[in-house]
Amino acid sequence: MSGILVFVEQRDGSIRKGSLEALSEAHRHAAANGWDVAAVLPGSGIEGVAAGLGAYGAGKVFIADDANLKLYSAEGYAEAVVAAAKQMTPHAIFFSATAMGRDLAPRVAAKLGVGGLADVTGLTLEGETFVARRPVYSAKAFATVDTAGKTPQVISLRPNVFSAEEAGGSAEIVKLDGLALSIRAMVKELVSSEGGEIDVAEANIIVSGGRGLKGPENFALMRELAELLGAAVGASRAAVDAGWIDHSHQVGQTGKVVSPTLYIANGISGAIQHLAGMSSSKIIVAINKDPDAPIFKVADYGVVGDLFQVVPAMIEEIKKVKAA
Amino acid sequence: MKCIVCMTHVPDTASIIRIGADGQHIDETGIKWIVSPYDEYALEEALQLTEAKGGEVTVMTYGPQRAEAGLRECLARGAHNAVHILGGEKTLGDSFAIAKVLAAAIKDREFDVILVGVKGVGTDNSQVGQMLAELLDLPHVSNVVKVEWNDGAIVAEREVEGGHEVVESPLPAVLTAQKGLNEPRYAALKGIMAAKRKPVEKVDPSALGLDEDVLAGAEATYNLRSLELPPEKQAGKIIQGEDDPQAAAAELVKLLHEEAKAF
Ligand SMILES: Cc1cc2nc3c(=O)[nH]c(=O)nc-3n(C[C@H](O)[C@H](O)[C@H](O)COP(=O)(O)OP(=O)(O)OC[C@H]3O[C@@H](n4cnc5c(N)ncnc54)[C@H](O)[C@@H]3O)c2cc1C
Repeated sequence: MSGILVFVEQRDGSIRKGSLEALSEAHRHAAANGWDVAAVLPGSGIEGVAAGLGAYGAGKVFIADDANLKLYSAEGYAEAVVAAAKQMTPHAIFFSATAMGRDLAPRVAAKLGVGGLADVTGLTLEGETFVARRPVYSAKAFATVDTAGKTPQVISLRPNVFSAEEAGGSAEIVKLDGLALSIRAMVKELVSSEGGEIDVAEANIIVSGGRGLKGPENFALMRELAELLGAAVGASRAAVDAGWIDHSHQVGQTGKVVSPTLYIANGISGAIQHLAGMSSSKIIVAINKDPDAPIFKVADYGVVGDLFQVVPAMIEEIKKVKAA
Repeated sequence: MKCIVCMTHVPDTASIIRIGADGQHIDETGIKWIVSPYDEYALEEALQLTEAKGGEVTVMTYGPQRAEAGLRECLARGAHNAVHILGGEKTLGDSFAIAKVLAAAIKDREFDVILVGVKGVGTDNSQVGQMLAELLDLPHVSNVVKVEWNDGAIVAEREVEGGHEVVESPLPAVLTAQKGLNEPRYAALKGIMAAKRKPVEKVDPSALGLDEDVLAGAEATYNLRSLELPPEKQAGKIIQGEDDPQAAAAELVKLLHEEAKAF
């Protein structure tokens, strides 16, 4: 059997969206070439959720169900992925480029003696070779790369870029038994950030604020707009470094890389290090009082004006639209 | 505590990027090179740790001649030793080859911890630390924003979507540093003067017992086909909202709702 193996990430038994995107992308390539798709799912008490992966194109799901795999460990999870890869000998192993995927993929690759293509935003298949496109130099350039003939081709896919589609199949469950788990670095606890806010890295819509907000209290305006849109709140580094909001909200070079459907930048100038984190967003909106602010160069829509007047008016208008 | 910090020397993040004549690399004319910003967090953590607990910091790079300036910068900030493995032009972006070279240079040295930046700015692979850990058979914790240093072990926090993970690991281990871990210091004049007198140990990569093919890029695991500038973006619809912000907001919301179908 040969095809594509996809690492599937779960948290408390629910499958992460990025993994479904990776699975769907694998299915699209496999279906066109008569290849198989299998998933590998480590965790504890996860047999129930494994079957659902068939709907996204997995013909087989390798499960590593073990109390020691309840929380993440690179060593434990890598053991499971490598065990599945040994059974399947795939052309490629896909990961979603989440915090977990980006941690795990290189460890798996090194175990298998190969390299990796990280955080790719485009994939095509030439024969058996994946050709990937990935942003480099703060998204000021794009590299077209492949694994130089090394297999399996270990590839992580940027979340929110590839679409997740149900393919309507069913999966055979295969248990990975007898894993030699020797875990040294082990997650003891997963602490959710206060308030259970949506994380910018996973949001479909992001309302982001910068130095133009003038003070921490004005993030309330961002939160109000965000809540209305079901969005996450993002921030520029200037706002984070001023202590107005926690670093987990920072978008950019030294923050998170995001690709939401809609990114609304309020009082953010659009420094190259900020663009590095959000230029792959599908629709970019800028609200800035400076018509020459660089953010307008990447914006699909924008308003030149005072955000303290424009944003409250937007909130009113959105409420009207929603009520209609 | 003996710390090894792996450093990579990268184009300043504000650099204007032009594509070189080969269509595969950047045109390096006029580029200012800096210590990759995440490596600064790694170095700072090592410096603070040895200041608190004693020990020494060795900073290491696999890079071309110009990367020596990056090592000098680290020495000026307080690193005790510097190791320069000369080369790397053929393995740019090939994390696995880089990790192999670093692992070969590190394996016979004494250390309690290896710190690297979560990613090298520019190539942005975020792979070398984890691969290095695997090659040296060490545990690793990546994306670290906090570390508690105990005897022979650490408790680290790593940033994940919607929160953080608390990770326990024995030492030695490899840690990859994320912003938030600390505030990197600047080099003081005294440090800069002192750094000029500190030796930089030069290592010939071909003496590391590695397969020649790895160094020559013939064993590549990352093949760069081409490098392009991003496609020109079409000019957006920009509404003047200085005089009538209410009307501008209404138009924007209409466009987002009806044209872009963004919500
Ligand atoms: C190594 C490195 C890494 C970096 N990483 C990041 C990163 O991850 N993320 C990041 O964001 N930055 C990063 N930066 C910093 C970056 O260079 C900029 O300094 C930062 O993005 C600026 O934030 P800002 O746009 O909020 O502030 P400014 O550049 O000060 O812009 C504020 C904007 O608000 C507008 N404004 C002011 N008042 C109003 C008003 N009432 N209404 C409307 N508009 C208004 C102004 O016109 C201006 O355009 C990094 C820098 C370096 C060197």
